[in-house]
Amino acid sequence: MRKRDKTPGGFRVREIRLDTTEQPGGSPGRVDREDRSRNTELVIVTYLFVLLFALLIGTVVWINTIGHGSLVSNVNNTKKDSSADKVIRGSIVTENGTQLAVTNVDADGRESRYYPYGQMFSHVVGYATNGKGGLEASMNNDLLSTHSSLMSQLRSEENSEKLHGDNVIVTLDPKLQEAAWYALGSNRGAVVVMEPDSGKILAMVSKPDFDPNTISQEWESMVADTANSALLNRASQGRYPPGSTFKILTTLAYLREHPTDFESFSYDCTGSLTRGDVTINCYNWEVHGPEDLEGAFAHSCNTAYANIGLGLDNAKFRNVAESFCFNSTLPTTFPHSESIFRLTSGSPEEEQMTTAIGQGDTLVTPLHMCMIASTVANGGIMMKPYCVSRVETYDGEVVEETKPAIYKELMSADEAQVLTRYMKATVSYGTAQELGWGWYSSAGKTGSAEYETNGTTGTHSWFVGFSNPDDPDLAIAVIAEDGGTGSETAVPIAHAVFDAWYSY
Amino acid sequence: MSNLMTLGLQTAKYLMIVLMAIYTFQSFAVFKRSGAQAKDMVFLRQDVCIFMFQFLGYLVLFLKTMNAQLIISYAAQALYLAFTLLLFRNLYPKASRLLINNMCMLLTIGMIMITRLSSDWSVKQFWIICAGTVLALVIPVIIRKLSFLTKMTWAYVVAGIGLLLLVVVAAQVTNGAKLALTVGGFAFQPSEFVKIIFVFAVAGLLSDARGDLRKIILATGLAAVHVLILVISTDLGSALIFFVTYLIMLYAATGNPFLVSAGLLAGAAAAVLAYFLFSHVRVRVSVWLDPFADYANTGYQISQALFAIAAGGWFGTGLCEGSPTAIPYVAQDCMFAAICEELGAVFAICLILVCLSCFIMFINIAMKLTNRYYRLVALGLGTTYAMQVFLTIGGTTKLIPLTGVTLPLVSYGGSSVLSTLIMFAIVQGLYMLRIDEEKEDEKERQDPRRIPGEGDPA
Repeated sequence: MRKRDKTPGGFRVREIRLDTTEQPGGSPGRVDREDRSRNTELVIVTYLFVLLFALLIGTVVWINTIGHGSLVSNVNNTKKDSSADKVIRGSIVTENGTQLAVTNVDADGRESRYYPYGQMFSHVVGYATNGKGGLEASMNNDLLSTHSSLMSQLRSEENSEKLHGDNVIVTLDPKLQEAAWYALGSNRGAVVVMEPDSGKILAMVSKPDFDPNTISQEWESMVADTANSALLNRASQGRYPPGSTFKILTTLAYLREHPTDFESFSYDCTGSLTRGDVTINCYNWEVHGPEDLEGAFAHSCNTAYANIGLGLDNAKFRNVAESFCFNSTLPTTFPHSESIFRLTSGSPEEEQMTTAIGQGDTLVTPLHMCMIASTVANGGIMMKPYCVSRVETYDGEVVEETKPAIYKELMSADEAQVLTRYMKATVSYGTAQELGWGWYSSAGKTGSAEYETNGTTGTHSWFVGFSNPDDPDLAIAVIAEDGGTGSETAVPIAHAVFDAWYSY
Repeated sequence: MSNLMTLGLQTAKYLMIVLMAIYTFQSFAVFKRSGAQAKDMVFLRQDVCIFMFQFLGYLVLFLKTMNAQLIISYAAQALYLAFTLLLFRNLYPKASRLLINNMCMLLTIGMIMITRLSSDWSVKQFWIICAGTVLALVIPVIIRKLSFLTKMTWAYVVAGIGLLLLVVVAAQVTNGAKLALTVGGFAFQPSEFVKIIFVFAVAGLLSDARGDLRKIILATGLAAVHVLILVISTDLGSALIFFVTYLIMLYAATGNPFLVSAGLLAGAAAAVLAYFLFSHVRVRVSVWLDPFADYANTGYQISQALFAIAAGGWFGTGLCEGSPTAIPYVAQDCMFAAICEELGAVFAICLILVCLSCFIMFINIAMKLTNRYYRLVALGLGTTYAMQVFLTIGGTTKLIPLTGVTLPLVSYGGSSVLSTLIMFAIVQGLYMLRIDEEKEDEKERQDPRRIPGEGDPA
């Protein structure tokens, strides 16, 4: 029996002989050569199908690795629900042991899901009836899986008890969440608080909200009330014009184009700037007079920034925005909407001006703005945000743990330092002076985002920033719909949240 | 008691995966082994794996359902396996034992899954398998003795196109696509059998077409008619199988990559045209791009299939522990997803490899044949088989749009399993033919009048 290792096509194949009959020695030379030339095509066809089958295997592997999470947490996936007959849904608990969602079993074995904080965590923790939302939806698979030891599973089975699903431990801080929830008050809007150097989401509030304990009773009316859309998690899925908070990225784009001479920037603000049929006014028709870049930033001078926008290379500006995840998904498994940045190299001057001051077509989610502030606070490195710190078995053994993970270094430490300086100036003498009254230091940027939908106009109040700029503890994004200027509504909310943190 | 049961079921679950892995390894290891004895050992190990796997599968099903009928089913199928393995071995000692083993393994996996999904179906499927196997035992003889069958090319062309047209005209609508004909109470899918006839027709048309453009054009035109009829009857999966099979056979017959590229381009253009002409093609594509956009309707089947695969994970939920019945037409179109869910991804990957091993064996047989006609037949049948596996597994895993073809020998479906058994039997027949051929070579070589030195390596 011969093994032929070469074919003329240059392919190395071991031709496969599968004889059950042993051939006596001797070499079938002539026949062989013909065989080889005839078989080239067959060898190529074989390779083609081996490749196709390898693709099939690759797809199966993909579904069980990278694709797995989004499939098991898909809202339509009810596979796990059948295990609810055998498994008591696990709890959602904070790191310090505060229970946010727990399944109670009464004497007759009837189960009910209870949310001790009611409305306070409504969007982020979610609900487990009428479809599912929030963590209850995205962690459904874990809550209904059990990783407790085989022994304890056997014990439960012996006593014909149900098994205990795994618990989900979240990064949320109830004290911060409570402060943010009360501070936002009756405003519609959202508050997101993150830890800049880890990406942990510490608080996430969205209003209007709902009580997950009674959601089944109120479901019909809530779904019908599209004006309030209380089920929408505005913190991660609401898209708003960023207003002046976007000047952080405009400034970064300017720094990139003027790395050496940005300190010598000067502009004489006369209160308005007109190009074509668009006139940019400073808020409240203020006239800021001559100012440097820091001053323009701190006072949120629209005309100065519209002027900067005119001077920026649109393509480079877009690169900055897109490196910060505009027009793409954010590096997190938390369900969210994509933010939008429309400026292109061919855009007219009017659009350059409006985009530079965060109006125009730009839209952003509060979570995204919080990540941008957090990146400045963290010396230019964006962390991947997360709010599930680990999954544990019923008896406390860790099943899966999320480690803080770097997304990317999006700006240099120097650039981050300059932006931090400007954001501190905003607090010390600019539009966020109210924060200067605290016993801790902070930095930030306000925004007053004007919008027009269906003929009604208004101004959303924004604040993004971080506390303790020397070693940042908290990064925050606040939006209050129709809250007026940033300093009117959003800054006091951030103030209240910071106060709560530092009064521990 | 129930403790022991849990432990036992868990052990059985992993054992089944291990057995499948060992089997799969052997089905490739055999290609490397030389020496009849070493190969015999490999085949023996495979047979042991098949029987143990079948026993464990039915044991789990029995423990889960406590249905006494399963004991009869088990015994009947074990008998079937024993008979098939022994009969082939004794009637055809030169048959490829790898193909027989693979056939038995795939049938066993299929029967366990079909029984798990519906015991009514499993009985029906079993009788068809038995009938098909009897047929398969006769086919190698026919191939060897009745060589005039290779000369009936035009009869195959007429029969193939006629049957496909008959479907368009007279078929009842099943599952949204016109596929089945009902004859005497039996619904059967002619396209499953036309596949085989088509391969013979193309082999006849192309076996002496090298360099003869007129013959190539004629063959291409006739193949295009087959494909067009299938597209019109909305059987897109079969259309694609016929198309690729023809291209591959054309390539092997002419050795001309440009012809194939031109064919691929024409096919791509036709696919784009079909996209704009037929709404059912557009629906398939949009569902493939985003199954969740129209989840409740057109996207439901593929979404459920994907959820099932994800739910199974690497080692599966175990038989009867998942919910594969949530997938519409699971036993026909999405058997692979059901296998992923309950037997696990590791098992499913082994299954893909076993199918690949069958294909490699098909091609291997084609390589060894010197008769151009038979070479093309073996290649064509191999391509048909491999394409079908690719379409159904690629479809259920959303690698490509779902076309609703069966997984040969594993899926539920009488026409499918019957035609695949016939296909395997034909290839077996060809395998034995080439051993005949080799014997003739042997005689020639030992002929002292042979010109010395010709091609003899020193």
